[in-house]
Amino acid sequence: MSRPSKGSGPAATADYLDQRTGIGLAVKAFARKVFPDHWSFLLGEIALYSFLVLLITGVFLTLFFVPSMAQVTYDGPFAPMQGVQMSEAFRSTMALSFEVTGGLLMRQIHHWAAVVFIAAIVTHMMRVFFTGAFRKPREVNWLVGFVLMILGIAAGFSGYSLPDDVLSGNGLRITDGVVKSIPIIGSYLSYFIFGGEFPGDAIIPRLFTVHILLVPGLILALIGLHIFFVVLHKHTHYGLPGRTERNVVGYPLFPVYVAKAGGFFFIVFGVFALMGATMTINPVWNYGPYDPSPVSAGAQPDWYMLFLEGALRLMPGQGTEWVIGGFTIPMNVLVPAVVLPGLLFTALAAYPFLEAYVTGDRREHHIADRPRNAPVRTAIGVAILTAFGVLVLAGSNDIIATHFGLSINAITDVCRLLLVVTPFLAFWVTKRVCLGLQRKDRELVLHGHETGRIVRFASGEYIEVHRPLDEYERWVRVANEPRRPVELLPVEDERGVRRRGYRRDAFRARLSRFFFEDRVEPVTPAELVATQSHGGHDAALELPAATAAADAHRR
Amino acid sequence: MSTNDSEVVRHADGNGAVGEQLPDRFDNPGLPPHRPRLTDTDPAAARRATRQVVALFTISILGTIGFVVAYALVPDGNTIASIRLSNLLLGLGLFLAMFGIGAAAIHWAKTLMSDREVAEDRHPQRSSPQDREAAVAVLREGAADSGIARRGVLKGAVVSALVLAPLTIAVPLIGEVGGHWRVSTLRHTLWERGKRLTRDPSGTPIKAEDVTVGSVFHVIPDGLREGENADHWIEEKAKAVVLMVRLDHADLREAEDRKDWSYEGIVAYSKICTHVGCPVALYEQQTHHLLCPCHQSTFDIADGARVIFGPANRPLPQLPIAVDDEGYLVAQSDFTEPIGPSYWERLK
Repeated sequence: MSRPSKGSGPAATADYLDQRTGIGLAVKAFARKVFPDHWSFLLGEIALYSFLVLLITGVFLTLFFVPSMAQVTYDGPFAPMQGVQMSEAFRSTMALSFEVTGGLLMRQIHHWAAVVFIAAIVTHMMRVFFTGAFRKPREVNWLVGFVLMILGIAAGFSGYSLPDDVLSGNGLRITDGVVKSIPIIGSYLSYFIFGGEFPGDAIIPRLFTVHILLVPGLILALIGLHIFFVVLHKHTHYGLPGRTERNVVGYPLFPVYVAKAGGFFFIVFGVFALMGATMTINPVWNYGPYDPSPVSAGAQPDWYMLFLEGALRLMPGQGTEWVIGGFTIPMNVLVPAVVLPGLLFTALAAYPFLEAYVTGDRREHHIADRPRNAPVRTAIGVAILTAFGVLVLAGSNDIIATHFGLSINAITDVCRLLLVVTPFLAFWVTKRVCLGLQRKDRELVLHGHETGRIVRFASGEYIEVHRPLDEYERWVRVANEPRRPVELLPVEDERGVRRRGYRRDAFRARLSRFFFEDRVEPVTPAELVATQSHGGHDAALELPAATAAADAHRR
Repeated sequence: MSTNDSEVVRHADGNGAVGEQLPDRFDNPGLPPHRPRLTDTDPAAARRATRQVVALFTISILGTIGFVVAYALVPDGNTIASIRLSNLLLGLGLFLAMFGIGAAAIHWAKTLMSDREVAEDRHPQRSSPQDREAAVAVLREGAADSGIARRGVLKGAVVSALVLAPLTIAVPLIGEVGGHWRVSTLRHTLWERGKRLTRDPSGTPIKAEDVTVGSVFHVIPDGLREGENADHWIEEKAKAVVLMVRLDHADLREAEDRKDWSYEGIVAYSKICTHVGCPVALYEQQTHHLLCPCHQSTFDIADGARVIFGPANRPLPQLPIAVDDEGYLVAQSDFTEPIGPSYWERLK
């Protein structure tokens, strides 16, 4: 049995800990763990650090916020509000803004961090989507991340409503209207949420519990799982020289990432502090406490709710409320607020599995795609984002109308049209752009960089000298593996018997053709050699790319 | 547009045609050679970087000190201006305190820590066949030991008990969480025969003669916050709010069966949007249009609050009104249909 070492200092502490936890093993395994470096990997970090800032500022706020809907009369320092009836929730929000020194700063940092938290989650998700980082073995982690996004929105929405101001109160009323539209259980679900009729006196305490316990608890647990999977799978890296499917290239956790990632937390916190110091957000003292009668024009929810708001605004109301057997089914609410987000979120969650089905690819992937090398996936992503963008725009149609002096009806009608047309247009354009970029890559690999150096031959022919790519430059453009549609076996087997499962295969082949029929494959060594050997004189002239230029003219 | 399979390319070089088998794909060239930074080669540059890192940490320390000083010396006061100043100074201090640490750490990592990339092997996620077999064997052994396969009744019992047990939490939760659960209260508001229309929020009654053509009144029922409503006036108000205007007779179009629902051109409609329930509060006097600021449903007040644009489907419910002996506006009855957004059993 080993004796605790004498003395003090880090060695003694480490010894003490290791004897009781065996932490040495973990340190040995993780301290020098390698993480790849790329700016796009920071997006998830921003989300994580935003969450930490939310926890820190949130704890501060809970110490001063009173989650109660009991009515009080304002007698605080803010003169315009003197004598106004309000809930204790609103009163305490006023107090922590105006009477707690630093309270307003914490509130504004908290709100900005929340807005950025969800934005960072969504952009991180876009990075993962567009680079195919959701492929095997990371599908499960994609789902974890997807649930985190939903929880992030839930956290944002529940917190947004807590001050019990007139703006968020009307947001809750919209929620109530949407919930009531759900067939059969709608009104009961509304009672479930509000503890009776809207607004009741339960919703703020309930949202408080959801906001400070339930949702953050779940987020914390799932962040743990999310990061555990990142460590287990090891991070993806881009197809740069030296990176393969069998290795991970980057810098060690200690000290490089401790400094870089740890430092980045402080950067994020610092930026939020600057935002909280200089940019007003959610000035509830301008809105006033919730009252079911008033409403302000130009009301906007936080950005992550705008797409739902926009969808509600765009849906035409006439002829879309169905009455079947005496029961009302308000499709004008159900379609934009329940069906549409339902489809969108289901599609997002299911996408990795859908793509795996289409490609039939069961291998592990650790090299992240360049978006151009998966044109149809990229185009699908851009199409969805375009639809999302149109809905966000529609959610701000009143602001656009007042700022640009346009007719709100015209904007709404145009947005209706855009919602239907632009995703298809965006799909087509994006796919073409991707294919074009791939062709550009081929061109560059085959013919090299333009140098701007013009050479005249003895024969009088002018050519521009092209400088071939070095092998590192080239690798980035040829590292991707060509993807082709799955082959469809014939209807009948060799004995003339109709194959079982043919229709299923045919369906999959059709999907696969949709994904991979239009494609530009990376240059093969043979193609490069063939291009470079079109003329006999390059080697002698040391102008290997010269003929490539000529070749380009001939094509 | 490309050739796919591996192919033998015959190409000419100085010695004539030679057949050569080329691979399908290029080979990974491996990590590029490491390029040293200035701080790797020049000790002066490394010292300079060290000083920069120290300076950045110093900025953080100054930021923290500034924050504490601002907290002590600049009270948040009672005016918007003083609160804004306090907020700005505290925020800037916090910004410097945090950003300084971050910038210092990252600058340190980028200039002074090794920037040599290292490679680590990946291993397939699936466990080895031996491990899998061992895992299955362990599970089999455990299952056999428990006897769950042989004693079917055990399986039934454990599943039944586990499925039923959550009811102990769910039953009281669902029983209590919705309050009284009587969703029929959604149909009724405080309006009833003879109930006076009063101003929101003062609660003063309104004489018909005070309602001039074109003026808008935001109306609540008399005695909204009194008596038995004192505890739940806010729910009642959420249903009962009314918007009242007087229109020129020439502009007003009324359905035959609603001719007597208005009083001398004064019409009263529920203020709660039939779309998702926002207060429909923006009245445009010239066009008699009422616009919901939430989703822009537009109702024509002169024409039975018909929907003329936007996502709402139904007109706003009309409150039948009359005048009492003292000349005050009163309701003839409750609304004749549920107000607000549509729900499943609305028409039942």
